[in-house]
Amino acid sequence: MRVPTRELPKAPTGISGLDEVTGGGLPRGRPTLVCGPAGCGKTLLAMEFLVRGVTQFSEPGVFVAFEESADDLIANVASLGFDLAQFEADGQLLIDHIKVVGGAMEETGDWDLDGLFLRLGVAIDTVGAKRVVIDTIETLFGAFSNTAVLRSELHRLFGWLKDKGVTAVVTGERGDGTLTRYGIAEYVSDCVIVLDHRVTEQTSTRRLRILKYRGSLHGTNEYPFLIGESGVSVLPPTSAGLLHSVSTQRLSTGVPRLDAMLGEGGYYEGSTVLVSGTPGTGKSTLAAQFCEATCSRGDRAMYFAFAESEAQIIRNMSSVGIDLKRWVDSGLLQFRCSRPSLLGLEAHLFGMQKFVSEFDPAVVVTDPVSDLLRIGTEADVSAMLTRQIDFLKAKGVTALLTSLNSDANQAQADLQIASLVDTWLLVKTMEGNGEHNRILYVLKSRGMAHSNQIREFLLTSQGIELADVYVGPQGVLTGSARQAQEAKERSDGTARMEDLEQRRVNLERRRESVEAQTAGLWREFEDEADIVGALLSHGSSGVEDLAGQRAEQGRLRRADADEREHTTDALQVGA
Amino acid sequence: MEAAGYCGADERNEFWKLRLYVAGQSPKSLQALANLKSLCEEHLADRYSIEIIDLVEYPAFAREDDIIAIPTLVRRAPAPVLRVVGDLSDTGRVLAVFNCSRHRQSDSA
Repeated sequence: MRVPTRELPKAPTGISGLDEVTGGGLPRGRPTLVCGPAGCGKTLLAMEFLVRGVTQFSEPGVFVAFEESADDLIANVASLGFDLAQFEADGQLLIDHIKVVGGAMEETGDWDLDGLFLRLGVAIDTVGAKRVVIDTIETLFGAFSNTAVLRSELHRLFGWLKDKGVTAVVTGERGDGTLTRYGIAEYVSDCVIVLDHRVTEQTSTRRLRILKYRGSLHGTNEYPFLIGESGVSVLPPTSAGLLHSVSTQRLSTGVPRLDAMLGEGGYYEGSTVLVSGTPGTGKSTLAAQFCEATCSRGDRAMYFAFAESEAQIIRNMSSVGIDLKRWVDSGLLQFRCSRPSLLGLEAHLFGMQKFVSEFDPAVVVTDPVSDLLRIGTEADVSAMLTRQIDFLKAKGVTALLTSLNSDANQAQADLQIASLVDTWLLVKTMEGNGEHNRILYVLKSRGMAHSNQIREFLLTSQGIELADVYVGPQGVLTGSARQAQEAKERSDGTARMEDLEQRRVNLERRRESVEAQTAGLWREFEDEADIVGALLSHGSSGVEDLAGQRAEQGRLRRADADEREHTTDALQVGA
Repeated sequence: MEAAGYCGADERNEFWKLRLYVAGQSPKSLQALANLKSLCEEHLADRYSIEIIDLVEYPAFAREDDIIAIPTLVRRAPAPVLRVVGDLSDTGRVLAVFNCSRHRQSDSA
């Protein structure tokens, strides 16, 4: 990496996000121009720069107000928790309201702004200021008619501020097609920040852009910024970068079979889970189940709800056996429910980040993110969610987002955040047989050997259960069709079992008969073998005996008839 | 409101209290003081006072009268308070202002 030869010294503003987009703050010891239309937040940004200087960097400040009186300023920023009067009492801040007399100042000859210089000099010396705000110096153009003198004096002023070594913020009102109405931008050449305040589709968004920053790298995009409860907050989309550490720890989804579908045990810690689906598919229930599992482990969970109230969610979830009330009571679960249209997108994002920072949960549920589309364009919502996801990832918080889709083309209906999420569960309903049933599958899950199976998704009084679906010639069977199929398979199975038993019995019988027959055959065989053996043992002697006997008998009987009798006997013995 | 009461205040011989803000001994400041003195002698002889405030020495006064340009001449009496900036070399202009131009009348009314 190339090391910059000389890093411009910078004064951190302490304003959330601004130091990131400016790469560390405003140019130290130089004036910065902050310009924009009326009501864009110039004064507040400038004031916060001073206040943060006092509270965070021990740099006292001077606020030169041409427009508002000190009392007005104090009152205006009190709502942001800045106690300017206290800072003034502590000698850390000095507000000098310069009332420019209405109408043009009569000029009767040569003049200069030494009075202003002296006042400023005294103010800076009084508190030992390191930071100066001049708001809005262009007011002077309304007071003096000789603008040639005024311009040269302003030029001198900015040079003088540099000599004083103070980090200055000069505000200017936007003109027609020009950065500032009177072109003071040309005097402040080091850093120019442009603020804007746009309303699109009834939603106002404040934006900030670093127009130029001499000698420094800076973000060139327009960054949304907010004026929230604790001041200005710039939201750089890329602030989190892609540097967040990853965990291999798994967090149970609260549904054992879903854990199994995701490989070994659930979502990755710090990952982003998107549950998308058509209405009434149980997205919130999946989210609640995850909260339940998280709180059961003793971790904190935060639930941002845009569609339902806390009480409604708790009631609805108790009907499926998920008791969220006890976690709310024990402080492990926090709900933040608001209508999306209550605030602008950026304000929502800001609020969510603030709540997350305060509560420090392990799990954050946003239900449903698609409702935000009502208050912003798809691109804006995607940008906001990107920042939210980055923010949560950087904190290692596991995020579960639900998204409501109305059309069947799921992938397109899920904004552009689909590529940002790590695990994407799809729940939808299947119609058929006069009923509709929920199914769930894992569309994607990074880094997990996840199941490709479609499961039927059942909301029971004990929470979510996943059941196998039946895939047959008619397609996927769910609900009562699945039950019928189960029953059918059960009865088919019984029949098969009976058949098998019968066959077994038959076989046994057959075996017995075969064995009996075999035994009989063996007996016959053995009998015959005995006889043959006996015959063989008598062998040739028998033949000799026979011949001898015959000869003897012939001698004894001397008759042919006797000889015939003997032959018959011998045959009978052989049978 | 009838603005005539302010007009020509000098003609009714009222006493003028003037205050001139300067910054040190700058040429503009010295020029303004010289111009002011000659104007007063000419038009307000014996019924004026000039208070010179050097903001280098007393910068706190700048806040009091909301002074940013130097030199600034403030007429503190008679009412209304009027102010002009510059070294007062444009005497016609100075007189026009302090003789209650229409602009000033409506302003103070």
